[in-house]
Amino acid sequence: MAATTAPAGYLLHLADNALILGQRNAEWCAHGPVLEEDIAMANISLDLIGQARLLYQHAAAVQGNGATEDGLAYFRDAAAFRNFTLLELPHHGPLAGTAASDRDYATAIVRNFLYSAFVLRQWDALQSCGDAQLAAIAARSLKEVRYHLRHSRDWLVRLGDGTDESHARAQAALDHLLPYTAEFWTVSTDEADAIADGTGVDPRLLQAGWDSAVDDALAEATLRRPAGPGFLPRGKHGLHSEHLSYVLGEMQGLARQHPGATW
Amino acid sequence: MSNAQNEWPLWEVFVRSKQGLEHKHCGSLHAVDAQQALQMARDVYTRRQEGVSIWVVPSAQITASLPQDKGEFFDPAGDKIYRHPTFYDIPEEVGHM
Repeated sequence: MAATTAPAGYLLHLADNALILGQRNAEWCAHGPVLEEDIAMANISLDLIGQARLLYQHAAAVQGNGATEDGLAYFRDAAAFRNFTLLELPHHGPLAGTAASDRDYATAIVRNFLYSAFVLRQWDALQSCGDAQLAAIAARSLKEVRYHLRHSRDWLVRLGDGTDESHARAQAALDHLLPYTAEFWTVSTDEADAIADGTGVDPRLLQAGWDSAVDDALAEATLRRPAGPGFLPRGKHGLHSEHLSYVLGEMQGLARQHPGATW
Repeated sequence: MSNAQNEWPLWEVFVRSKQGLEHKHCGSLHAVDAQQALQMARDVYTRRQEGVSIWVVPSAQITASLPQDKGEFFDPAGDKIYRHPTFYDIPEEVGHM
């Protein structure tokens, strides 16, 4: 009997989330606010890229037809990516510029917090899913994400309950980013397939736990949860913001200019 | 333009490796408080599996000997070879001491 595997589209959704956030967080490398945070963010970024690699390898094996992890990461265009829109946004508010100096650490922290609080619950549930390989990846990723959540939550509280300036920036980042989390709780067809065959987790079951974890942290950080609901992003359906193509341009450029390059 | 009062205090980091019995000093870092220093130490000093336990100590809490005291502190021990237990015959049965 063949081993049960999750649908490739579901694995790509999980992998793309990890890769795109890993790529975004890597932008802080050598630009972090202090040396220690620079290294912390690089560690988190490498954890996420490591998770993406395992998931792409698994997805490539499920897809067959010569698919490879590099092919999936570097030779798909934006419309084929299945990550949450939240994870591709730049590290600044809706109207800021694009220079490295425009990056706002509060935006990076709030995003990491909102996503880590979600994916922690997703990995936890996936540990007992019907795809043994995915369950093993989930168990490994869970430990890493526990630390990502600890790191981002710690900073969320420090920024929110800090100076007037840090509070204002954290609140602005929250107001900007929280609406994007609405996408967490919709179910794509890939997710529906995975839920149906027992290899995926229904995100709607994770919402209550996430809500209370977020409210708890925001209360400690003296931040106000913006009123919802707002628009519904559809990144995991392949309908992305204009920002993803820039992320991919930077991330995929080298691999596409020098296909098959090794070092 | 940084005002010394606004700077994050310095912490000394001690890490115990898997095989090691004691924590060893491995460096220092700046952090707002002990909890943050611990997390930063984790990221800066244990990312290559260097440790299983971390201590952080405010650098200001360490009292160090002064370089100018080197003469009176350490030089007198230089010619007291009898303080090394190298003049005893250890019976074989004792084994490793």
